[in-house]
Amino acid sequence: MNVINQIELAAVFLILVGTIASFLSAIGFIRLPDLYTRAHALSKGSTMGVLFILVGTFFFFFIDGYFSIRLFLGILFVFLTAPVSAHVIVRAAYRSNVPLAKESVRDDLKEVLQEEVYNHK
Amino acid sequence: MIQGILLCSLTFLSFAIFVTVFRLVKGPTALDRVQALDALGINLISGVAIFSVFIRSTGFFEVILLIGILSFIGTIAFARFIERGVVIERNQSD
Repeated sequence: MNVINQIELAAVFLILVGTIASFLSAIGFIRLPDLYTRAHALSKGSTMGVLFILVGTFFFFFIDGYFSIRLFLGILFVFLTAPVSAHVIVRAAYRSNVPLAKESVRDDLKEVLQEEVYNHK
Repeated sequence: MIQGILLCSLTFLSFAIFVTVFRLVKGPTALDRVQALDALGINLISGVAIFSVFIRSTGFFEVILLIGILSFIGTIAFARFIERGVVIERNQSD
């Protein structure tokens, strides 16, 4: 009984760590200067937070003997698709000329894109 | 003890959702708002997971999977619409 209680406490502690990571990424989401740095903060931190929370939930129910295949698929799906959606958003932002922050020093993708447009015409 | 930690993490998650809604209102471009909606979906997944631990029920796991899939599809559709002007392209072989 006591051992199960301690494992449940460890799972709940994983949930707390994930929530703090998600909160810090949200703080980065309002404080950083442009869309690309905000995407950097948000996608990494929020993905890590939700993975901690879902793994904690999975362990919490796993020690009761309940293996949930739906929760397992949910973990796998979020882990696969959250970086992909961040990539698609940032690509759409760059293609539709959202400006970079003033502090950024070099932009290698711009020359490559101009060369691509020049070769197509 | 467990209930206290779960309430604390729900509070942190509520702060995160509030901050994301702030960026959703303020964000200068449309892609910021799309990004905020994506983060809101992910935070909702976390909220459902924490709540199902809180009431010790296993009935909400389909909701986690479903919100994940719907949020991903919505984000991809919005980004394609902003990048190319259409969501589903027509057949160009005619």
